[in-house]
Amino acid sequence: MNSFLSQEVPLQFYLILSAILFALGIVGFLIKRNLITVFMSIELMLNAVNLSFVTFAHQWHAVKGQIFVFFVMMVAAAEAAVGLAIIIAVFRARATLAVDRIDLMKL
Amino acid sequence: MNGSLHLWLIPLLPFAGFLINGLLGRRLPKALVSTIALLAPLAAFGVVLNAAAGVFGLGASAPQLPYSEICPVGWINVSTLHIDFSFVLDQLSLVMLLVITGVGFLIHVYSVGYMAHDEGYARYFSYLNLFLFFMTTLVLAGNALLMFVGWEGVGLASYLLIGFWFSKTTAAEAGKKAFIVNRIGDFGFLIGMFLLLANFGTLTFSEIATKLGQSAGWTGGVVTVIALCLLLGATGKSAQLPLYIWLPDAMEGPTPVSALIHAATMVTAGVYMIARNHVLFDHSPFALGTVAVVGALTALFAATIGLVQTDIKRVLAYSTISQLGYMFLGCGVAAYSAAVFHLMTHAFFKALLFLAAGSVIHGMGGEQDMRKMGGLRTKLPVTFWTMTVGVFAIAGAPGLSGFFSKDAILYSAFQQGGFGKVLWFLGLVTAALTAFYMFRLWYLTFFGETRSHDAHPHESPWSMLGPLVLLAVLSVCGGWVSFGGRFFEFLAPAVGPRAEAAGGDSLEYLMMAIAVAVAIVGWYVAHSFYSGKSEKSAALAASYPGGYKLLANKYWVDEFYGAIVVRPLTIFSTYFLSWVVDKAILGGFAWLLGGIATFAGALLQRWQSGNIRSYAAWLAAGAAAVLLFVTVPWASVLANFGIHLTMAGQ
Repeated sequence: MNSFLSQEVPLQFYLILSAILFALGIVGFLIKRNLITVFMSIELMLNAVNLSFVTFAHQWHAVKGQIFVFFVMMVAAAEAAVGLAIIIAVFRARATLAVDRIDLMKL
Repeated sequence: MNGSLHLWLIPLLPFAGFLINGLLGRRLPKALVSTIALLAPLAAFGVVLNAAAGVFGLGASAPQLPYSEICPVGWINVSTLHIDFSFVLDQLSLVMLLVITGVGFLIHVYSVGYMAHDEGYARYFSYLNLFLFFMTTLVLAGNALLMFVGWEGVGLASYLLIGFWFSKTTAAEAGKKAFIVNRIGDFGFLIGMFLLLANFGTLTFSEIATKLGQSAGWTGGVVTVIALCLLLGATGKSAQLPLYIWLPDAMEGPTPVSALIHAATMVTAGVYMIARNHVLFDHSPFALGTVAVVGALTALFAATIGLVQTDIKRVLAYSTISQLGYMFLGCGVAAYSAAVFHLMTHAFFKALLFLAAGSVIHGMGGEQDMRKMGGLRTKLPVTFWTMTVGVFAIAGAPGLSGFFSKDAILYSAFQQGGFGKVLWFLGLVTAALTAFYMFRLWYLTFFGETRSHDAHPHESPWSMLGPLVLLAVLSVCGGWVSFGGRFFEFLAPAVGPRAEAAGGDSLEYLMMAIAVAVAIVGWYVAHSFYSGKSEKSAALAASYPGGYKLLANKYWVDEFYGAIVVRPLTIFSTYFLSWVVDKAILGGFAWLLGGIATFAGALLQRWQSGNIRSYAAWLAAGAAAVLLFVTVPWASVLANFGIHLTMAGQ
C-alpha cells in the first residue's frame, strides 16, 4: 500500500494545512478591499476543502471524495468564468474594484 | 301502484323558464321570451290538472292521497338526522297548487300586455317564473325544511320584484324593507323548526302529526312555543300584526306582481303553513287563540287604515292585509278549511281587483291617485265591469265567492262562543269597513266627473282584459264549490273536519243576513259620501281632525318602529359599531400590525447595506454558528450544568 503518506506525513498535518488555507481564505475574503483578491480568497477556500476531501478519500480508501473534488473544481472553473466576467463588467461601470465603493445594488 | 303524477315537474318547469329567460332572455326575441314565460306555468298547471283529474276520479289512475314523491338520492343524512327531498300532494296542497298555477298563469298572460313596453321584459318574466318555482316548492314540500327553502325563495322573488324598477329609490327601499321585515318572521320559523327537531326528531309533517297523535301528553308547553314561533313566521310572510308594515310599501312593484305575490299567493303562505301544521296548533289552545286574535285585530286595523288611503293600490294592499286577517281568524278558530276556502276565493277576487286596478293605472298613464281619477266607467268599460264583480265579491254580495268564504269564517268564529263572539263582532265591523272602502274606491275611480285633464284614458289590450274576464267569472263562481259543505269535506282529510253546525241552518242564515246587512250599510255610507259631489266625507274628516290624521298616517306605526327599532339601531351602529368597534378597535389593531411591520422593516433594512464585506462577515458568522451547533456535543455540555434534554414523548 501507499505507505509513505500514512507513515511519513500523518493525516492531521493535511487537515491542519487545509484548515490554515481555509482560514486564510476567510480572512482574505473578509478584509481585502480589492474584488479580485476577494475572489481569489474564495478559490483558496474551495481548494482547502478539496485538500480535505482528498485526504479523507485516501484515509478511508474511498473514491467518493476524489469524485467530489472533480465536481468542486468544475464548479470553481465555471464560477471563475462568470465571476471574472462580472468583475470586468463592474470595473467598466464603476472604474474601481474596491468592494467598499460597490454598495449601491444598482447601476 | 298507480302511475306517477310527476309532481317534480310542477316546480321544475317554471325553474326551466327562469333559467332560459334569465340567462338568455336579453338576446332572445320578445315573442320567444313571452312564449317560454307563458308555457312554463301553463305546463305546470297542466300537470296539476292531471293530478287533480286523478284525484277526482276522472283520470286513468286514481292516486291515493296523500301521495308523495321522494327524491331517491336523499337530501340530508347526518347521523340520526334524515331529511328527504319529498313532495307531498294532498287535498290542501292540491287546492293551493290549482290556485297558484292557475291564477299565476292568468297573471303571466296579463303581464304580457302590462309590461309590453318595459326594458326589463325578460328579467321580469324570469323573476315571475322563479317565484312560481319557489311557491310550488313551498306548497309541495313534505317537510318543514323544504318548505323553508320555498319560503325563503318566495321572499327572494318578492324582493326582486318589488324592487324591479330598482332605479327608483322608493322601490329599492320597499324591497329592502320587505326583505328585512320578513327576516324577523323567518327567525321565528327557524326557531320553530329547531324546536321541532329537538322535540320530535323529525321535520316531516306527517311524522310530526303521527307523534302528536300517539300521545295525549303533547299539550301546551313546548308545543305552544313551537306554534307561536311558527306563528311569528306566518305573521311576517302573511303581513299580519305586528309585521304587516312591508306589504303596503311592496306596492312599488309592478301591479301584476302585487296581484300574484302580494295578494293571491305568496302572502297566503303563512295561512297555508298554519293549516299544514294544524295538528300542532290543535294541541295548543293558547297558540290557536293567539292566531285568532292576531287575525281579527289585523283585519280591523288594516281595514280602518284602508278607509282613508288615496292611492288605489294602497287601498287594495290594506284590504289584502285585512282579508289575510280573516284567514288567520279562520285558522285561529280551528276552521282551517274555511280559511283555505277564503284563501282561494280571495286569490280570485283580489287578483282580479289588482289586475283591474293595474288596467286603470295603465289606462291613466301611470296615475295611481284616486283623487285624480273619476268617470272612467265609460272610458274603460271592460275594466269597469270586471272590477265591479271584484268589488261586489269582496264586499260580500250574496251569491258571489267572497260572501260564502267570509261567512264561513265568521260563522265558525261565532260558533266558538265566548271570546269567539267578540272576534266575530270584530270581523263583522271589518266587513262593514271593507264594503265602505271598496265602494269608495269604486265610486272615486269610475263615477262622477273626471278629475284629471291631462290624462287620456284608454282601454287595455285584450291580453290584459282576457285574464280579467276569466278571474271575474271565477270570482262569481268560486264560492259555489262550498254548496252542501262539499269543499270542506274534501279538505277534511288534510286539515281536519269542520266543526258541526251547532245552531243549525237557521243560525247560519241569520249570520248571512247580518253580514249582508252590514255590507249594505258600508255601501250606503260610501254611496252617500262619494257617489255625487258630496262634501260629506271632507266635512267628516274636518270634524274629527285627530282621528282622520291618525288613519291617514297609518297610526304612525312606521314612525313608531322607526323610533324604537331603526333609530336605536342606527345610533348603535354609528356610535358603537362604527366608531368604537370598527374605527377604534379594528382600525387600531390594523394600525398596530402595520406599525410593527414598518418598524421591523426600518430596523432590518440596515442589514441590507449593499456592502459586500458586511454580507461576507454575516455569512462567515452564520457558518461558524452552524459549525458550532453541529460539532459541540450540546447534550453533555448542558448535562454538566444540570440540564437534561428529554425527547418529546419520553
